[in-house]
Amino acid sequence: MPVLRWIRRNLVVLAGLLTLAYMILPNIVVMVFSFNKPNGRFNYAWQRFSLDAWKDPCGVADLCGSLSLSLRIAFWATIGATALGTMIAFALVRYRFRARGAINSLIFLPMAMPEVVMAASLLTLFLNMGAQLGFWTVLIAHIMFCLSFVVTAVKARVMSMDPRLEEAARDLYAGPVQTFVRVTLPIAAPGIAAGALLAFALSFDDFIITNFNAGSTVTFPMFVWGSAQRGTPVQINVIGTAMFVIAVAVVLAGQLVANRRRSNARK
Amino acid sequence: MSATEAPPAPPEKPDVRKPSARRRLVPYWLLLPGILWLLVFFALPMVYQASTSVQTGSLEKGFEVTWHFRTYWDALAEYYPQFVRSLLYAGTATLLCLLLGYPLAYLIAFKAGRWRNLVLVLVVAPFFTSFLIRTLAWKTILADGGAVVDVMNTLHVLDVTAWLGWTESNRVLATPMAVVCGLTYNFLPFMILPLYTSLDRIDGRLHEAARDLYATPATTFRKVTLPLSMPGVVSGTLLTFIPASGDYVNAELLGSTDTKMVGSVIQTQFLRVLDYPTAAALSFILMAVVLLVVTVYIRRSGTEDLV
Amino acid sequence: MTQQQTEGGDVRLTGISKTYGSFTAVHPLDLTVPQGSFFALLGASGCGKTTTLRIIAGLEDTTTGTVSLGGRDITDLPPYKRPVNTVFQSYALFPHLDVSENIAFGLRRRGIRSVGKQVGEMLDLVQLGDFARRKPHQLSGGQQQRVAVARALINHPQVLLLDEPLGALDLKLRRQMQLELKRIQTEVGITFVHVTHDQEEAMTMADTVAVMNGGRVEQLGAPAELYENPRTTFVANFLGTSNLIEGRIVSTGTDVVVAAGGGKLRLPGGRCPSSAESGGKVLVGVRPEKISLTHTDDAAAIPDGRNRVAGRITDSSFIGVSTQYVVESPAGTALQVYEQNIERDGRLVPGAEVVLHWNPEHTFGLDAAQHIHAGAEALEEAA
Repeated sequence: MPVLRWIRRNLVVLAGLLTLAYMILPNIVVMVFSFNKPNGRFNYAWQRFSLDAWKDPCGVADLCGSLSLSLRIAFWATIGATALGTMIAFALVRYRFRARGAINSLIFLPMAMPEVVMAASLLTLFLNMGAQLGFWTVLIAHIMFCLSFVVTAVKARVMSMDPRLEEAARDLYAGPVQTFVRVTLPIAAPGIAAGALLAFALSFDDFIITNFNAGSTVTFPMFVWGSAQRGTPVQINVIGTAMFVIAVAVVLAGQLVANRRRSNARK
Repeated sequence: MSATEAPPAPPEKPDVRKPSARRRLVPYWLLLPGILWLLVFFALPMVYQASTSVQTGSLEKGFEVTWHFRTYWDALAEYYPQFVRSLLYAGTATLLCLLLGYPLAYLIAFKAGRWRNLVLVLVVAPFFTSFLIRTLAWKTILADGGAVVDVMNTLHVLDVTAWLGWTESNRVLATPMAVVCGLTYNFLPFMILPLYTSLDRIDGRLHEAARDLYATPATTFRKVTLPLSMPGVVSGTLLTFIPASGDYVNAELLGSTDTKMVGSVIQTQFLRVLDYPTAAALSFILMAVVLLVVTVYIRRSGTEDLV
Repeated sequence: MTQQQTEGGDVRLTGISKTYGSFTAVHPLDLTVPQGSFFALLGASGCGKTTTLRIIAGLEDTTTGTVSLGGRDITDLPPYKRPVNTVFQSYALFPHLDVSENIAFGLRRRGIRSVGKQVGEMLDLVQLGDFARRKPHQLSGGQQQRVAVARALINHPQVLLLDEPLGALDLKLRRQMQLELKRIQTEVGITFVHVTHDQEEAMTMADTVAVMNGGRVEQLGAPAELYENPRTTFVANFLGTSNLIEGRIVSTGTDVVVAAGGGKLRLPGGRCPSSAESGGKVLVGVRPEKISLTHTDDAAAIPDGRNRVAGRITDSSFIGVSTQYVVESPAGTALQVYEQNIERDGRLVPGAEVVLHWNPEHTFGLDAAQHIHAGAEALEEAA
């Protein structure tokens, strides 16, 4: 049977595409249901098409407030984690020093720890110190767990860098500072950017650690969590869809620019 | 070739001319802020938590350290079903992620051709929407009387899964299957990306060499591709298992009281019941179990330089 | 750091050495590179040639010794304060900058604003005018190599250091670039110090070659001088091929007579090691292309006064311009002979009995207390 033969030969591709479908399906559901007009408080069953939610995305109390809070936290957490993480990554790759192994473990452990453990222990600390839970405690927590990911991303990039490039810069009259600014930093930039993006995504989307340490402050994921108990407004889907579309557009635009630049340079 | 000759500036080698003290301090200054942050907000909390777990008292009178190790025993005795369930669900989800993720990673690395970047974007794309919103979408997908349940019903799959105790005979939502399905979905990208990275590093000529040396496609996979992708398998399974074992979002949103995982218990004890010692003890046990599993796993798989 | 072609711009290394832990990369070494010369450091992997170059560049600290340039001690100057530039192995072009920005890098770091004219001139010198806006990864190996040269030369360094600059290129391009570099050197008149493991490259390009082995300079001199008068077995084997025959000195004088392989060989006294004395051992050397090959049947026609060794051909390979024979004889099992393909003698096939003969003037003597194959293995590694 030719059909069976074809299936056998393309088994891997078919399996891969099925997985891809499994991964994409919820996004499609989120998108479709952003045009729903549900009966009652929960937006789980399809009723009829409506643009109401799109016309008034902030029409639910606290929704946009929590969104802007999450964006602010993610922004500062990204800056903090990227700065601290980049410094650590450079130290680890470029220098020899004592306690290297211990420091490597300290950076690895947060990634090998279930979030709920970190969340609970950090809350113990804050309670013991009598800290006021809110924006600052969340920010502290986010920088903490994003740090290791930034270190890993930047380290990979710095490690693959040819040390001769910096030697060449020094050979061409660039002092230590100029070498760093003109050569090291631009070449490490993709790694730093990757780390920063990862930190932003992790921070923006974090729920468990935030839930423990936010007190009465409500971030966007916490808002969604709360609405899952009280009733899910369609606006959640609108915001989810908008984020998705914007992010995909940015990625595609980036690709397009990169492609065009490449083909231009070829001429 | 003299690329190997005189390793370019090996800084670890001692030198008769000592670098100045200022230069020797540079790495410590670079490390200081970040490491301090981790020590104060990651390591120190662990100590506090350890101390909390052996305290007794009440919220009104305050807690004090009494070395009450019984808390651990009591916590385990009361909540061991949730523990076992967590490890079971997380393990199953990890296995499913590997089975589902490997073909896709393989597809991207070797078969996607010019579609590679697009597929990669699609793999990462779900990240762009808050994972809570996407998890809620599974409520719609698996809803009672929805398309998925209907098809499973018609094909009598539900009867089998219900007999196995994975689902109920007429619904998927609020059953173990829904929770595992959600866990698998949520952590798939963490499996696929490391798998893809290690598959992508494999020189395509190795496949040709294997085929040239009389290996069938299946043998080529078993003897060449799979062994070379082991680093990706190991880090992928860890990146999936660790967060899945402590997760309670999927269990809460897609499950029922019978599918509660240990994360839910810790959360409830900490934030609602306010029984800090029990919560701390539970969280400590979870940490110990996960670290144990991770250590044994890394040792066994022989890839210790994951970091 | 400006262009200063003062008298006595020599590079002088005095007692420099470099150790990494217990490993000595360079033994204490004195070396003078005359201003304006094209100087090659030749040797196999790990012989210390690159370390020596990096010490001149300032990229490597010395363990002992001093580096001076034109009489000025620059040992403690960091690389960015030395009037010395390097063409790196695999070029180390900045991947994030285009060709012209790569070339302008050094000028800009020294605070020079208007670099356009100089960059243009440099691009013309290396014939890359049309590629100014390309990124390094869009260039071929040869083009990258020329950018690396331009990037260093634009600074008018007093010394240009080249670290295996042609190593990554294919044979044909390498030959072309050798001539190109030689042309540029003649044109700009800057001192070039060139590190290479390719003996042909060193001999083609350099005025002076220093052969390094195990962190030491084995011999230093003009290419022809090194080739004709190697002083160690390493140089004899590493630079071209040599036939080395063990023998015992029978008599000394203007001509030294040596008993070897059942016969007698003569060589000029001046080409013998100074330690040579009657009864002592010596290695008699002769280059393969200096030897003539005659079939035993015609042995009578060989003029008197030539060194003779009888043997049997074990192998021959036709190269085109020449035929290479391997001859087994009592004097040695694998004597190499290169014969020009002018009038080929059909009888010279494997198995044929032959007489090797050559002018005694072309014979050199080496101290017998050395490893006879030194340098031959190094050559295999380097290849």
